[in-house]
Amino acid sequence: MAKRALEGAKILEYTSLVTGPYCVKLLADLGAEVIKVEEPGLGDKARTRGSFPGDIPHPEKSALFLYLNTNKMGLTLNVNTPLGRKIFKELVKWADILVEDKAPEVMEELGLDYDALKVMNPKLIMTSITPFGQTGPYRNYKAHHLNIYHGSGLGYITPAQVSDLEREPLKGGGFAGDYFSGLYAALATLGALYAQGETGLGQHVDSSRQQAIINLQRVQAAAYPNEKVNPRRTARSGDTSGMGGIMRCKDGYVTATLVEDHQWRSFCQLLGHPEWWENEKMRDTYARGEAYREIEPLISEWMMSRTKEEVYHQCQAVGCPVVPFLSPDEVVNDRQLKARGFFVEVDHPKAGKIKYPSAPYQFSETPWSVKRPAPLLGQHNDEVYCQLLGYTKEDLVRLREAGII
Amino acid sequence: MSRGPLEGVRIADFTFQWAGPYASTLLAYMGAEAIHVESSRRPDSSRRISITTHRRYTGLNQSPVFNDINAGKLGITLDLTKPKAVKLAKRIVEVCDVVAQNMRPAVMERLGLGYEALREVKPDIIYLSSSARGAHGPECAYVGYAPGFAALGGLSHITGYPDEPPVNMAGEIDLASATTSAFAILAALNHKQRTGEGQHIDLSSSEAISVLIGEVLMDYDMNRRVQSRDGNRDDIMAPHNCYRCNGDDKWVSIVVSSDEEWEAFCEAIGKPEWTKEDRFCDAHSRKQNEEELDRLIGQWTISHTHYQVMDILQKAGVAAVPSFNSEELYRDPHLKERGLFTEIDCPAGGKQIVVSPPWKFSVTPVTIYGRGPLFGEHNQYVFGELLGMSNKEIKSLIDEQVIY
Repeated sequence: MAKRALEGAKILEYTSLVTGPYCVKLLADLGAEVIKVEEPGLGDKARTRGSFPGDIPHPEKSALFLYLNTNKMGLTLNVNTPLGRKIFKELVKWADILVEDKAPEVMEELGLDYDALKVMNPKLIMTSITPFGQTGPYRNYKAHHLNIYHGSGLGYITPAQVSDLEREPLKGGGFAGDYFSGLYAALATLGALYAQGETGLGQHVDSSRQQAIINLQRVQAAAYPNEKVNPRRTARSGDTSGMGGIMRCKDGYVTATLVEDHQWRSFCQLLGHPEWWENEKMRDTYARGEAYREIEPLISEWMMSRTKEEVYHQCQAVGCPVVPFLSPDEVVNDRQLKARGFFVEVDHPKAGKIKYPSAPYQFSETPWSVKRPAPLLGQHNDEVYCQLLGYTKEDLVRLREAGII
Repeated sequence: MSRGPLEGVRIADFTFQWAGPYASTLLAYMGAEAIHVESSRRPDSSRRISITTHRRYTGLNQSPVFNDINAGKLGITLDLTKPKAVKLAKRIVEVCDVVAQNMRPAVMERLGLGYEALREVKPDIIYLSSSARGAHGPECAYVGYAPGFAALGGLSHITGYPDEPPVNMAGEIDLASATTSAFAILAALNHKQRTGEGQHIDLSSSEAISVLIGEVLMDYDMNRRVQSRDGNRDDIMAPHNCYRCNGDDKWVSIVVSSDEEWEAFCEAIGKPEWTKEDRFCDAHSRKQNEEELDRLIGQWTISHTHYQVMDILQKAGVAAVPSFNSEELYRDPHLKERGLFTEIDCPAGGKQIVVSPPWKFSVTPVTIYGRGPLFGEHNQYVFGELLGMSNKEIKSLIDEQVIY
């Protein structure tokens, strides 16, 4: 049997939607053992989000939920009851790591904050993922993906170049920002796990979604305190940097990033204009300026007479970083991803077989893998409550009737 | 002094630009010792120029961008085209746990510093190779930078205004790829801690972006639907947009996610009658009449500052957060209390303000330990102290332009 990188790490997950579940998925897919707690009835909100096969909503068939919850066991538990909280604490004793995403005041009111839980399990790592962190005046504020993307300042500079400066700043597509912050929380959790392995010590990890995204735009974010300038969206027509950027071709767009001299030289030769390279006025990657403006129509003509695939392969053949914008169908059918086995088919008892993205890293010794699809709501109640915590079948019936599981 | 969670871990970093170097910087925030290997033959380009502002820096020690992206690391110089330098690199690897590199495929192998070669000198080494498209497959030699990762990954296609081209994304994509690398390295370190085994990691930066839109890719597989750009909007929720506020280029993001929040929202902005109107009374109607709803909300927000909107709506339990610019992030009282920024020395002189790590650890501190290395600043420490070479030996290698 293949080895798993995080074999033996036990994680209790109490999160929903994207950031928390993605954080834990990253760890589960590398071999951590995960028990995910959902509220009885509706469960994780991602179950209601879709997309659904045939566009027919079904709590067990949401692509978002299926993708973000691979390799997890699922149980239902109502922590708003005293008995529910007692059971939650038993699960905390089992776990090496708890990942939760509730507002700080909610965990405190439930008596499930870090100070309360570490008494039960001194080596516990508790990763708390919230919009604004555990401290500060906004600690209990609400924020969705859109709010975080803008509240981090990344929205304000998106798109970097626009045709109309009066238009609103934008978020990244889909839930990109939430995935980013889930990745940051997973990185922190692994850091704490490593320290636990060295010292046996647990700790509280306070992971702010807002700060995670600010970290990604760290150079722009620090522009004001250092240089008293505010980066903002700029007019597309004002760019004469000459690195390339977005260009239209016959059937779509490509992006060119010609930063090195040899790339610019190859590009000029490929387009049949070696004299552009000879032109001293255009030697500076970042300031090809007016001379570049003059040759732009010729570049554009070359691009427009080719498909983006043709542009891509011709440019890459001479070492030029020119790359097509791929739509989701093109990503799914991409030959490079196929050769790397990037998509894996996962069979789920209700949703059936669907191709899922795997992971962007291939480990030589501890491969990424899907051992089990996302759990049905409460699928592992019997297994966890009876086998792990020692409740009887009769107890389960009573807990179910009381609305606790 | 308390120790960072990765105290004792040592990394030999053969990467350059942004997506490569920032991975070991993140691990250095956690206390790892990261040694950045550079060369006069090809100094890291961010020492010379800012790819975002296009500002140029004289010399190799003036760039605040390099300083930020490499804060807390050590810097040495080796001309790896010389066999003696390769030998020294191997001796460094012998005292490291991790090697990271983002050269074009086969370059490290050609230098004699590929995974197989380094495993011979350090059997339990963790070796990360990152590239635009991964280390094998028909396009493994293809080159790309951050905008290309987002373009190939599919994220750009779904980012932007519906009636405009996809968005060219840059810095955040580099650093997202770097964060993915750091995560993969740390997973391998946890495995090594438990089993003593190292391994090779082949990371594709464009795949690191594709995994962020998993549900969109699955929608195509399930329904043959090709999702596209939709600005700030959501498939289900409305209002869900960025609205213009009082001031120059000031905006606030507002999301209403339930009927309960909708009622609170209408009450808070003084339009309780909206909850009774057919066009807005439930989530479905609000989504159907979103254009009109956005227009009406914009009429209210324009007479408020974005901070006023946040205060009013958050008090009512509705998610509203300004679209902050750099100055606002710097002055924001919450972020001040969170310690968003850290002051480090600037190699050009004076101080530089950089973004702090996004987490707080209660026991093992995670912090920016210091500024980025000057060019070759730690040659003496690494060759002298770590490898135990004499000053005479070091000097002659400098004269031979091996340490260069």
